[in-house]
Amino acid sequence: MIDARNVSKTFFVPHQVKALVDVTTKIAAGEVVVVIGPSGSGKSTFLRCLNHLEIADEGHILIDGIDILDRKTNINKVRAEVGMVFQSFNLFPHKTVLENITLAQRVVRKRPKEEAHAKAMTLLEKVGISDKANAFPDNLSGGQQQRVAIARALAMDPKVMLFDEPTSALDPEMIGEVLDVMKTLAREGMTMVVVTHEMGFAREVADRVIFMDDGAIVEVGTPEHFFTAPTHDRTKLFLSQIL
Amino acid sequence: MNNKSNTRRSMPPWKYNLWVGVFFAILFSVFMLIYIATIRIEYTWSWYKVPSTFLNREVIEITSEIDGKVAQVDRKNDEAVITVENETERKSYTVPAEDIRVNQGDLIYYGDTLATYRKWRAGIILQGLWITLKCSLFAIIFGIIIGVIGGIARISDNPALKWSAISYVELIRGSPLLVQIFIWYFVLGTMINQLLMSYGMKEIPSLWYGVASLACFTGAYVTEIVRAGIQSIHRGQTEAARSLGMTYGQCMRHVVLPQAMRRILPPLAGQFISLIKDSSLLGIIAVRELLKATREVVTTQLNPFEMFFTAAALYLVITFSLSMFVQYLERKTATT
Ligand SMILES: Nc1ncnc2c1ncn2[C@@H]1O[C@H](COP(=O)(O)OP(=O)(O)OP(=O)(O)O)[C@@H](O)[C@H]1O
Ligand SMILES: [Mg+2]
Repeated sequence: MIDARNVSKTFFVPHQVKALVDVTTKIAAGEVVVVIGPSGSGKSTFLRCLNHLEIADEGHILIDGIDILDRKTNINKVRAEVGMVFQSFNLFPHKTVLENITLAQRVVRKRPKEEAHAKAMTLLEKVGISDKANAFPDNLSGGQQQRVAIARALAMDPKVMLFDEPTSALDPEMIGEVLDVMKTLAREGMTMVVVTHEMGFAREVADRVIFMDDGAIVEVGTPEHFFTAPTHDRTKLFLSQIL
Repeated sequence: MNNKSNTRRSMPPWKYNLWVGVFFAILFSVFMLIYIATIRIEYTWSWYKVPSTFLNREVIEITSEIDGKVAQVDRKNDEAVITVENETERKSYTVPAEDIRVNQGDLIYYGDTLATYRKWRAGIILQGLWITLKCSLFAIIFGIIIGVIGGIARISDNPALKWSAISYVELIRGSPLLVQIFIWYFVLGTMINQLLMSYGMKEIPSLWYGVASLACFTGAYVTEIVRAGIQSIHRGQTEAARSLGMTYGQCMRHVVLPQAMRRILPPLAGQFISLIKDSSLLGIIAVRELLKATREVVTTQLNPFEMFFTAAALYLVITFSLSMFVQYLERKTATT
């Protein structure tokens, strides 16, 4: 489903940072991959390269067989298949919850109003906030907003979902409700790449954990491997700090 | 403690009322001073001449087009049909019956007055006001179009677009509007009109060069306002929209511009208010807008004090209505 080969990315402003160094990994359909690593290790950059929000300098990224770094690729088509959930929700504040979820369905998928509407309501039901359909995002709690953001991404019927620290901006009591939605998704067979510090989530649903540091993949393994016998010193250090 | 939220509480009522009184006293003294000064220079106020510059009654004469005899005057309610005939021709005129000058059997010659009537007509000030409104409205519409395109070009990654927008903005903001009006009229206007004439087409009236200069001038400021408005929208909004597969245009149209609009509205209103005031400069290129019309009245009626006060009041009415309208829009967009 995702095939990243030798992906590198360097930022030059404000100063030169090698955010990704020769990252290679494959993610199969239905797999749930959790990406962990210290701050500034390139987790977000990796995720954002996968849907072309950042453009990798080198390497190849194939999403469902399509090379997104190829200039001839229509990136908007690929992005419609790759849902993304941000740390800061990024809901559209001038639109109601319902409109947030129907907008891209209408303008990108060109679905008729009724169909988009019905789909949105089904998804709101699924994330447990169908009663807030006509509220504006600013009137929702953080947890509710993030669940709307997940519903908004799901409405496009994506093949992959990318989560960039979806619970980091939430009050502790709201983390659970968002993780529950994500666990349900994982159980339903969604292909997911999740950057998170929630080790409980990784242990419970991850098929594979990737540990990144300084822009490179340092160690890959099952959750059991990570929590029982990590091999690299940097991995051990990181895990000892957060567990 | 919380006297910041309510200035009235910061002083006792008697003191507050005293200062309100002082305000009105100042206002009154200013008016009195002007009035006394006008008496000293023996200025004769003639406010009664002002209304006719807005609306007046014009006398229209209906004259005969042939020599002959009045064959018939047929009155019906407010109208009358006057028929004039001779050996070869016969002509009928339908006129309002208020002032008929001929009777049946009268001998008349070509050009004789058959009847007159009076009609309401817009005075020169009202016509000038209309031209001011028309110029401003067109300049605002074109200014918005230029500004939105310019603002989007200004933040584009494409150097051709970006640098064009920057040059345009800097060029326009760096020179006085009056100079730009002259360039539009005397340079571009002369060129364009001569070219048009050499192809046998009609000249473009000076009003449109005036509108063009105002629109270009305002467009540059609107460009900067739009740019600032778009940039004030958090990057996450664009990223969220694009990650859903929206194109740049869809993202602008559905996500960024509607949000930017709310922040753009107040500075935009300020810009348009100065545009309306600046339209008074168009008089120098022979556009008969409100101020030019006022000056024409002053030269014939010799009542500059009344007329200039009137013009100022009219500008105030327009600009005040506009700012009220924008406040209404702001309130409306704030609730949705
Ligand atoms: N747009 C950018 N411009 C310049 N440098 C950037 C940009 N985005 C990221 N970086 C740099 O790239 C490096 C990797 O950043 P990235 O955001 O991918 O890290 P991260 O692992 O997501 O960290 P965190 O846990 O803090 O979110 C950092 O040093 C960061 O400063
Ligand atoms: Mg990050």
